Amino acid sequence: MKLTLKIWRQKNAKAEGKIVEYPLDGIDEDMSFLEMLDVLNEGLINSGDLPVSFDHDCREGICGSCSLYINGEAHGPDRKVPTCQLHMRMFKDGDTIFIEPFRAKAFPVIKDLVVDRSSFDRIQQAGGFVSINTSGNPTDANAILVPKHDADKAFDAATCIGCGACVASCKNSSAMLFVAAKVSQYALLPQGKVEATDRVLNMVAQMDAEGFGNCTNTGACEVECPKGISLEYIAQMNREYLSASLKG
Amino acid sequence: MAKSALLKSSIAKKVAMALSGLFLILFLAQHFFINSTSVFSADVFNSISHFMGNNPLVQFVIQPILILGVIFHFIMGIVLEYQNNKARPINYVKNNGAANSSWASRNMIITGLVVLAFMGLHFYDFWVPEMVYKYVEVNPLDETRYFAELTHKFESPVRTAIYSVSFVLLSLHLWHGFNSSFQSVGFNNKYSRSLHTLGYAFAIVVPVGFIFIALFHHFNH
Repeated sequence: MKLTLKIWRQKNAKAEGKIVEYPLDGIDEDMSFLEMLDVLNEGLINSGDLPVSFDHDCREGICGSCSLYINGEAHGPDRKVPTCQLHMRMFKDGDTIFIEPFRAKAFPVIKDLVVDRSSFDRIQQAGGFVSINTSGNPTDANAILVPKHDADKAFDAATCIGCGACVASCKNSSAMLFVAAKVSQYALLPQGKVEATDRVLNMVAQMDAEGFGNCTNTGACEVECPKGISLEYIAQMNREYLSASLKG
Repeated sequence: MAKSALLKSSIAKKVAMALSGLFLILFLAQHFFINSTSVFSADVFNSISHFMGNNPLVQFVIQPILILGVIFHFIMGIVLEYQNNKARPINYVKNNGAANSSWASRNMIITGLVVLAFMGLHFYDFWVPEMVYKYVEVNPLDETRYFAELTHKFESPVRTAIYSVSFVLLSLHLWHGFNSSFQSVGFNNKYSRSLHTLGYAFAIVVPVGFIFIALFHHFNH
């Protein structure tokens, strides 16, 4: 495959960035998208240029490290896969591919295609956990009965890998789907219900403090989410939040 | 949590936007019902209009609440749009919004502003003359004047065309707004699919009905 890549290059967080064009040849359609970028970077290094910086870790669709806004969509044109699971067979020989970083005020660019997603970590730290007593005589988790339906729903929410595609895809840069998944996965389980009120209030407050936009229910996040997290969880969080506000 | 923080929260804002939107949807439904009687019977239309125009509860309680609802929905929409634009200071060079969301959902501010501009014209056409007639000139009650006033306005092809185009934009606004309101207040369950169908039907039937009424009076009177 012969491609033309138009990639956002930015030296550091303070520098001005721009789109730079790179012609690329010899790409196999069975390569992953990140392998294609590896080939580009080898060429750049061999010719004495700086390689394109991009986030990646497991390359198995689990860790949520990879990002990239490819041809106008978070994680590219394929559905329910992150960028590391996107393959070049989704493109045609001769294609021009735009590659940009995830854009949001709360996701500032560090370099090239790498963005700082620590705002998600701070939201998690505000309440995305269950406090348990690990000393003494903890209750066996298997002794706590959980209805199958609730367990399935909680597990579906827990599949969120926190990649930020929801924020990147949303026209408002809203983080509602991410926060909703994290709030819901605990709210649905008996272990999480104890701290449910504080959790939703604190996580939403931190989300707002980070500068994410307001959700207007376009549904773009659900479509682009590599794990298929449903808008249903946003409705669940809205209910949790309203009920917690009345209690608190 | 401080109450001031609650009122500023993004979820509280979306719920407020949704509730004001649902209130306006209810108003629209009753407005459509009353207007549709004008197609079948001038007398029925006159008597309902007379009731709505002279009932103290409607005039001095519901009408001010309605006007406040419109103003709130409008101001909140502008505030949210401003905040949302600030949340992405640098836009994408290439963005394919159509791949994951409807045009109507991405352009609520455009359709909303067109509907707002239309409401300005609509107030100028009907509400302002009505207020002047009743409360400035203090004319005697006339239960038969409403139908003639309505048909007179739709003699103009330009006004009829502006109204019709505005209703198309209203339809697009409702196409997203109706179902979005229920999602915002946390309604997403096994009945959602039926509700979505109802929402889409409302977004088509009511604006198309309004267009039909405007064209009916334009061509028949």
